[in-house]
Amino acid sequence: MNFSVLTSQFWSLCLSGISLGLIYVLISLGYTMVYGVLRLINFANSEIFMVGTFATVWVETGLTGHTSGSSPIHGFQLIYTLLFALVVAMLSSGITALAVEFFAYRRLRAKGTNRLASLISAIGMSIVLSESARILTHSRPQANPRLLEKSSLGHFAGANFRVDTVLVVVSALLMFIALDRFVNKSRLGKAIRAVSMSEENAKLMGINLNRVISVTFLIGGLMTGAASFFFMTVYETTKFNVGFNLGLAAFTAAVLGGIGNLRGAFFGGISLGLLETMSAAVLGSQWKSVTVFVVLVLVLLVRPNGIFGEAIQQTRV
Amino acid sequence: MNLKNINLRDKGAALWESWDRPRRTIFVIALIGLVILMPFAGNFSFTSILDTPIASYQDVLVYPIGMFVLMALGLNIVVGKSGLLDLGYVAFFAIGAYTQAILGTKTHLNAWEILPIGMGLAMLSGVLLGLPTLRLRGDYLAIVTLGFGEIVRIVTLNISITGGTNGIARIPGPPEIAGLKFDIMHPVNYFWLVFGMILLVIWMIRRLSVRRPGRAWEAIRQDEDVAMLMGVATLRYKIWSFSIGAAVGGAAGVIYAAKVLVIAPQMFTFNVSVLILSCIVFGGMGNMWGVVFGGVILAYIPERIRFITNARQLVFGLVLVVIMNLRPDGLLPRKKREKIKAKRAVDNV
Repeated sequence: MNFSVLTSQFWSLCLSGISLGLIYVLISLGYTMVYGVLRLINFANSEIFMVGTFATVWVETGLTGHTSGSSPIHGFQLIYTLLFALVVAMLSSGITALAVEFFAYRRLRAKGTNRLASLISAIGMSIVLSESARILTHSRPQANPRLLEKSSLGHFAGANFRVDTVLVVVSALLMFIALDRFVNKSRLGKAIRAVSMSEENAKLMGINLNRVISVTFLIGGLMTGAASFFFMTVYETTKFNVGFNLGLAAFTAAVLGGIGNLRGAFFGGISLGLLETMSAAVLGSQWKSVTVFVVLVLVLLVRPNGIFGEAIQQTRV
Repeated sequence: MNLKNINLRDKGAALWESWDRPRRTIFVIALIGLVILMPFAGNFSFTSILDTPIASYQDVLVYPIGMFVLMALGLNIVVGKSGLLDLGYVAFFAIGAYTQAILGTKTHLNAWEILPIGMGLAMLSGVLLGLPTLRLRGDYLAIVTLGFGEIVRIVTLNISITGGTNGIARIPGPPEIAGLKFDIMHPVNYFWLVFGMILLVIWMIRRLSVRRPGRAWEAIRQDEDVAMLMGVATLRYKIWSFSIGAAVGGAAGVIYAAKVLVIAPQMFTFNVSVLILSCIVFGGMGNMWGVVFGGVILAYIPERIRFITNARQLVFGLVLVVIMNLRPDGLLPRKKREKIKAKRAVDNV
């Protein structure tokens, strides 16, 4: 127990909490979007994330030839390497998400069977993905080269604004805003929301259900892939089972905010990131997931549908 | 091959329904006798194919097969009967196992005396977890139970009485009972013990199913709102289902700890909960025979294919995906049995 940390390092904890929280937000979109449309937990999303982290390592080592450790590059080369890694991570996660939808959900949905069957087949997909990764990497952790020099941009109120943290915060925010616009304004976004409100009626209105569901998985996968790129930029190592803890936390974030609700996922992710960072500082990092779950239970006691479960019902995906 | 047209389960159910009482009794006794003799099936040269690469056939019968079937039956009360998705069943297993480990090494109580304590503690934790969370619906309950399973594991990792990462070693086995020794040399006795517990659980579930709690669970599973409007005390019966399931998990944990002699937190990961849940869905949710069948298959296959060590889990995942896609209601679903009963009811009118 060390409460003095809370006052002495408050702003720096806030900053790292928000950057972790934004990674959670992006992953939790993979859960919340799919849940909004199918009312099913996308259990394989943690492995979709894992695929993204491996893609990032693969691109960054492949393009630069640096394997691990600090090997900064500068200027134009840095920008295009990072951008390329981001795009490849997003695409590989997105494609994995499409594959998961196709193999684990589509057939079962057509049969209209019980929800647990899809859950188990998704768990099966997630075992297949993580085990393939384990066999391919021989269970060894994969390190990402540190291409972006983690220099400080300046100190503000005791918090060290590092380049990578700022990059994560800014780009994740932009991505979330873009997604929110897309879901609320675009034609396809409207179709997604229609399906989430009522599958039957959406079908009657001429919406191609399979296409909308695929697109939802794809978008969730793209966002999760972006999260995996940011995760690798800040934390730099991955393993075949990296997705488990992060996926669990992201799913908790989605539930905390009210699952199926985009903005709920945003607030859930940020508050979870802050909560984890603060409780790790106060109680020791081994207890952070315990704190998170205790808070989750307490929140659900008061608001059984999550914090924004009903309040922003209209804007749910 | 068209798996849809294999209708063994309907035929079996129809046959069973057509039998009179003495015939059913004889069949059940014969079946029990057969299972009791099962450990000796590996003794002949032509049956040595049953042996798995690292464990002997008799060991595999106790763990994982017997344990999985026992836990799957316990979880089936929660998931299959009452329709509550519990993703943290391993917590109760862990609580039972650690009760046996701590009390067995620190006090003079033996495993038979610890068994009811372990079950009681698991039940108590089931009630404590259930009281606040069973008001939640569906997937919210799933994530909270998942979290509970993780919390129990993290707590056992980080407090001193459970031995942290190293776990607890030199757990005493159960003392001799009626001339049956329980030690490493006698896996057969453990098998009979676990089989006895399985029979007890099956008997309990069958009795409960046709009485008030069973009807309440069925109503809750089909439509909770309607059940509540009809005057079913939904929360109370959900907690009952939760804590009975927890007690079975706790009992399995006590016996498991006494059998393996060393336990550590990494034995109680989320994977165990997933495996047990898979047994249920794979075999056929809600249908006891399906669950037993699923438990046997999913416990035996990974052991049997240990020779492909590296890709073992991969194959397991593929099997889950393929079977769920081909038979979404499991191998022996409950639906058909109910249909036959309904048909007979109509015929009798």
